[in-house]
Amino acid sequence: MKTMKKVFMTAMAVMMAASMAACGDSASDSSGSSSGVKIGLHYELTGAVADYGTAELKGSQLAIKHANEAGGNYIEVVYDNKSDTTESVTLAAQLASDGVVGVVGPATSGASAASYQILNDAKITVVSPSATAINQTLNPTSGEVYDYVFRICFEDSYQGAAMAQYAIDTLGKAKAIVYADNASDYAKGLADAFNAQFKKLGGTIVATDYYSAGDTDFNSVLTKFKDMDFDVLYIPGYYNEAGLIIKQAREMGIDCEIIGPDGFDSESLIDLAGASNLNKVYYTTAYTTVGASPALQAFIDAYKAEYNEEPGMFAALAYDSTNLLIQAIEKAGSTDPEAVRNAVESINFDGVTGSFSFDDTHTPIKSVLVVTLVDGVQGDAVAVSPDVD
Amino acid sequence: MTQFLQQMINGLSLGSIYALVALGYTMVYGIIKLINFAHGDIYMLGAYIGFIVTTKLGLGFVPALLISMVGCAIIGMTIERIAYKPLRHATRITALITAIGVSYFLEAGTQRVMGAGVQTFPNVFVNETIMLGNVRISTQQIVIFVVTITLMVALQFLVNKTKIGRAMRAVSVDGDAARLMGVNVNAVISFTFAIGSALAGAAGVLVGVYYNSINPLMGMLPGIKAFIAAVFGGIGIIPGAMLGGFFIGIVETMVAGYGSSLWKDAVVYIILILILIIKPAGLLGKNTKEKV
Repeated sequence: MKTMKKVFMTAMAVMMAASMAACGDSASDSSGSSSGVKIGLHYELTGAVADYGTAELKGSQLAIKHANEAGGNYIEVVYDNKSDTTESVTLAAQLASDGVVGVVGPATSGASAASYQILNDAKITVVSPSATAINQTLNPTSGEVYDYVFRICFEDSYQGAAMAQYAIDTLGKAKAIVYADNASDYAKGLADAFNAQFKKLGGTIVATDYYSAGDTDFNSVLTKFKDMDFDVLYIPGYYNEAGLIIKQAREMGIDCEIIGPDGFDSESLIDLAGASNLNKVYYTTAYTTVGASPALQAFIDAYKAEYNEEPGMFAALAYDSTNLLIQAIEKAGSTDPEAVRNAVESINFDGVTGSFSFDDTHTPIKSVLVVTLVDGVQGDAVAVSPDVD
Repeated sequence: MTQFLQQMINGLSLGSIYALVALGYTMVYGIIKLINFAHGDIYMLGAYIGFIVTTKLGLGFVPALLISMVGCAIIGMTIERIAYKPLRHATRITALITAIGVSYFLEAGTQRVMGAGVQTFPNVFVNETIMLGNVRISTQQIVIFVVTITLMVALQFLVNKTKIGRAMRAVSVDGDAARLMGVNVNAVISFTFAIGSALAGAAGVLVGVYYNSINPLMGMLPGIKAFIAAVFGGIGIIPGAMLGGFFIGIVETMVAGYGSSLWKDAVVYIILILILIIKPAGLLGKNTKEKV
């Protein structure tokens, strides 16, 4: 028994040593050339939302590679926050002590918000590719904008408003039912913004009901809707439930237009709903390959050549974020924190996800794309800029 | 009225699933007084077995249903042998906690092997809609209903008319006395787990076909609802579980259809609380006096 214990303890010690060594490696700071400009890439590479973080890391690394090929000298410092907000705080402090000039990431709003205060205090410019939560760039205690924090995606509420605008102006609808995910802030923000804009433009919200994430049976609620007088169904939520709602609605004979947010943007939506049910379905997004601009097409080709897969929205946003930071550093002509920050704030950026500049909450002013699905395939994309207050 | 009938059909389809799962709870409880919290996960495994059989082996609905039932029966017996049998004479709370442990093991294990995300169940038969007046019934709903009723009738026959059924009833009344009369109690318990798990496996496949979306945590909530259904009808009583399953399914549908879907789960739990206060033995349960 005693030897067993000894063996066990030794094994533990070896494992701990190995994991510590691994920790040391995780910041792949190729510090051989200390003369380069360090850019922190802080992403969810493992854990619940690893899909987003991994895609964004690839986008960022591609941008840095392109910049270095064009004669730059940028060094990436990669950290994995394990999709965990506490880890994100620790890594923000780590990044600050690593002497990075700017940070790109994380992918999600929660992990991003956790890193802002520390990086802002350290005067490190942060560009968030996909932190879409409402008031994300504001300090939650003072309500003021973080000086050094920027994001390049539109706010959740903005796409809700854009969808309302599109439903009324383009689809010519006036009576909407909103069927929302009851738990996520994302869906709540979307539903509120949609309702407000839809009513403002003269439409009526006939009914609002909610589902819980993980539900699979929507028949009862859809049966109730079916007897109501409405002409468009808005589903703010993610593809897992939206796919099933669309399927059950179509099978029940609800054949009106169904509209949704960028949570619809997944191959799984087609599997769940069935391609033949995905007609007269529209959703808002920041990214589509339909009618790609030359810049976007070049990015798609380069990405495919590098990673042998199609880039998605997250990779494209990260590519833009990283390029924006690099352009700002070059425009500032130095790595002085204040100069870099000012260069970012005043930038007129022309990227693969569109051209934009920042408003006074450091959120881009850019239009939302509305994608039409025809038999589950993206058929058409139009830009919508809602006039919100 | 049309809407009411339509909601009834929705409720019966959902209730069929709950009833099938509730039967497993109630049979196991009836025989060894264990609330088998891993039962909802057996239902999940049934869906995954059906998924593998239809996608990887390319078989149709009926083979998928049968293979899944056999597979779940084997899994159920194995779990009983490994996790519960060594605890046969331990306190009930020990077995209960073990059941929760088994439940987590099955959920996390499936996540590890099959991935944590949602899988899409293939369309195994053509789904057509039949109109009865203004009420729509899909072939899927009819299949669910027919399979459920068939299995229930078969179960009733098994329990009431066969030798093994009589042995099950005997063990349920008094395990020790049954043993003295020459009943192989261990075999009967294994058999009970097998039957209960097979029914859950069938429910899993039906759900996969009906909603075409399965995931490793899909057993949690239906498992609890089915447990409530079993308690509602009187836990340990087989017709009670069927009644309870249909009742809970219909209540849930009606609450979502005429009230708000945010209330549907809450109402089911309120029913559980009310039944425990007013008639703890369940709707079909008899109050048995405890002899001191």
